[in-house]
Amino acid sequence: MAKIPTPEELSNISFQPPAKGWMDTKPEFKEGCYCNAASPKWLEWLDYPYPRNWSVRDEDWKLPANWKEILLEGFDERLGRFRTLKLFMDICVRCGACADKCQFFIGSGDPKNMPVLRAELMRSIYRRYFTTAGKVLGKLAGARPLTEDVIKEWYYYLYQCSECRRCSVFCPYGIDMADLTILGRELLSSIGLNIEWTMASVGSCYETVGHIGATPQAYKDMIDFFAEENERVTGVYTNVTYNRKGAEILFIVPSGDYFADPGTFNYMGYLLLFEYLGLDYTISTYAAEGGNFGYFMSHEMGKRLNAKFYEEAKRLGVKWILGGECGHMWRVCNQYMSTWNGPADFLEEPVSPITGTKFENAKNHKMVHISEFTADLIKHGKLKLDPSRNAHIKLTYHDSCNPSRAMGLFEEPRYIIRNVVPEGNFIEMPSNTIREKTFCCGSGSGFNGDEYLEMRFRGGFPRANAVRYVRDKYGVNHLACICAIDRAVFPPLLDYWVPGMDVIGVSEMVGNALVFPNEIERTTDLRDRPLVGCEEAEEEEGGEIE
Amino acid sequence: MTDFFKLHFFIPLGIVLALIIIPYVGYMANQQLVLAVVIPYLAVLIFLEGLIYRVIKWARSPVPFRIPTTCAQNRSLPWIKKSIGEKLDNPETTLQVIGRMALEVLFFRSLFRNLTTKLRRPADHPEDAKLYYWSYKWLWLGAIAFHYTFLIVLLRHLRFFTETTPGFVQTIEHVDGWFQIFQPTVYLTGIILLAALTYLLLRRVYNPNMRYISLASDYFPLFLIMAIGTTGILMRYFFKVDITAVKQLALGLVTFKPTVPAGIGVIFYIHLFLVSVLFMYFPFSKLLHMAGVFLSPTRNLANNNRWVRHINPWNYPVKFHPYIEHENKYRQAMKEVGLPVEKE
Repeated sequence: MAKIPTPEELSNISFQPPAKGWMDTKPEFKEGCYCNAASPKWLEWLDYPYPRNWSVRDEDWKLPANWKEILLEGFDERLGRFRTLKLFMDICVRCGACADKCQFFIGSGDPKNMPVLRAELMRSIYRRYFTTAGKVLGKLAGARPLTEDVIKEWYYYLYQCSECRRCSVFCPYGIDMADLTILGRELLSSIGLNIEWTMASVGSCYETVGHIGATPQAYKDMIDFFAEENERVTGVYTNVTYNRKGAEILFIVPSGDYFADPGTFNYMGYLLLFEYLGLDYTISTYAAEGGNFGYFMSHEMGKRLNAKFYEEAKRLGVKWILGGECGHMWRVCNQYMSTWNGPADFLEEPVSPITGTKFENAKNHKMVHISEFTADLIKHGKLKLDPSRNAHIKLTYHDSCNPSRAMGLFEEPRYIIRNVVPEGNFIEMPSNTIREKTFCCGSGSGFNGDEYLEMRFRGGFPRANAVRYVRDKYGVNHLACICAIDRAVFPPLLDYWVPGMDVIGVSEMVGNALVFPNEIERTTDLRDRPLVGCEEAEEEEGGEIE
Repeated sequence: MTDFFKLHFFIPLGIVLALIIIPYVGYMANQQLVLAVVIPYLAVLIFLEGLIYRVIKWARSPVPFRIPTTCAQNRSLPWIKKSIGEKLDNPETTLQVIGRMALEVLFFRSLFRNLTTKLRRPADHPEDAKLYYWSYKWLWLGAIAFHYTFLIVLLRHLRFFTETTPGFVQTIEHVDGWFQIFQPTVYLTGIILLAALTYLLLRRVYNPNMRYISLASDYFPLFLIMAIGTTGILMRYFFKVDITAVKQLALGLVTFKPTVPAGIGVIFYIHLFLVSVLFMYFPFSKLLHMAGVFLSPTRNLANNNRWVRHINPWNYPVKFHPYIEHENKYRQAMKEVGLPVEKE
């Protein structure tokens, strides 16, 4: 793995563009700043075209002989299918409002990470092959021929866009770079160019239980372990049923919440909440992955993975689906699921069995977000909560890109947080870095690969910088979020830029605060950290064991 | 100065200069009829046909997914109230979408959000690099100033195309000319228009990243509209032309009884020719954002996917991994750990 520069070196960012024009500047595939090529086995697994061994650093990417034809035909086809593509190719005025809104530009200074120029990488090809001016005037019309270098450039920069949509908030025409990135990546896929991390995750999600390739038995083992852990910490064993037909609710979470800390603590929080409520729910070993890594490759692959949700809901005969804390899963569930795989007419309009609240806002896709569900419970006074059990947590809240800019989920998690932590423990980051203006963690849309750490740290720099601000000013020690990728990638990012910060899911804090009638005396939180006022007891206990 | 900049800056500049010379030569060669009748008619024809053609071309591509950019709270639990502003930034209904679009088109809502980002890295504490964000309204102001003054100037020209000047045009002229210390009345809009254009041009040239991304198609309309504004101002205040004759010509054009009155100065023909070029260029350029903004799927749709299903006209069945294959693969192991199965 490449050596990562120090934070001091990495923050030395020049915003001066190169002396040569952008059409004459080739990308430099610097270690730590590009995603590895996908290995052929995943492509074969998924019937994806042109599986082969190739490497990004190689001169020859072993493209199919007629790659140019395939790509241009694919472009043409998408122009006919997506008004977004056609429109966004034509109407950009290059006003530059998007430029310093992209965390990858802010973190790298590379002008091709200005969304406007990233889009121009595609527009220049569009002009050359699909507009008269571009065909006749060439470079003067901002057009250029499609070459292998152009493809390499697309690969490099379309995988430096995390599809976060921050630029789209500021664009006077709403040009959505995320949409262009998805379509551009589809075109790259069509000539056999995919990234390893995403492809491996998609392959695993497709045939196994989740993106890490777990088996159903291993999956059950992990969740059962959380139930035991809950019992150890709280005295309450949290019953779980798997693939149970006739349950009222199917619960789907991203696999990040069951395979690695700190997501696992969030899972424990979910289980505690459901046990507290006596909720009639089940989880599935088939629709076991909420995260949709296919969406990072193509619309089609997104649909192929998402199909499992409704398939399983139908097979089990549940009434509706409850979704865990995940970012892009919710973009997919909000903006694509019912269009792709609906109508979900075999499900019922979701109703909270505890409060009787009808989730009328979800009556089409029949899926409720755990934060809505929990906020509704708190509002109706159905949960006995002891915020002092989160007194050791002084937190700020990170709005994840997708629930923010592709859904509008802002108030529900905040409402929960205010009810589960002591007053004064929740501090917002500066207003230009939260809500619809939130920054990406720098690793969304398939950038979890370790080979990509430098670029992840660059892309995550603005977010980390805002976190540092509230740490230094208010002594914030936790970053809360409702996204599994956040929970996976923030720990290394914050260790790098803002050491001493912990990352925590909102449901984990709910689990900490929930007061069960039959619980044992709680001296620690779900992570075995002593509660405020119990530090000594912990030490004594520790002493005894020694 | 990069070659890229030279190409994209100087060629459009040269073209606009050439576009000034052409009508001058035409005028000298007594081609007034062509300049004042044939070309303007052609320009309007191309403008209208081009505009319709382009909009239809966009509209022919479907909107497969409903993907509004949500810039505020979505519809949620009944007790989570949304302000009017939030309703317009994340619309739930058609009415709210119309509101959002109106804000976007009339007030450039999204551009109004604009921020500037600065990285400050103290030389003695480089580890203390900090990012700062400020509200940055200059671009918004420049854009608003340009678009609205351009519109007002256009509306003021209606006086030439109507027998009696409409009341609203008179009102506009009155307000526009409140600054009555010179004779003839100085219209502020003309000056603001040129000032705004100059700002928009200078930021392209002086900001290194703006210069890096700017294309000929960005400079050309700026130069062209600046030339139009300048010739207009020159004609009004300095090289005066026979206004009555101009009005006679304009009226002739709109009533389809074109006549070319004698004695209109060359500056008028230059002005008219540049306007004609702008009309012809419009449908094939980025200027079409005027129409495109209305069609933008991230702005013109309600964020109501969760309660109203959006239909994709080309939705096709895909191959997915069915449950039974999952069970077939793991049946034995599932049974061993007590997971229910379909087939024993």
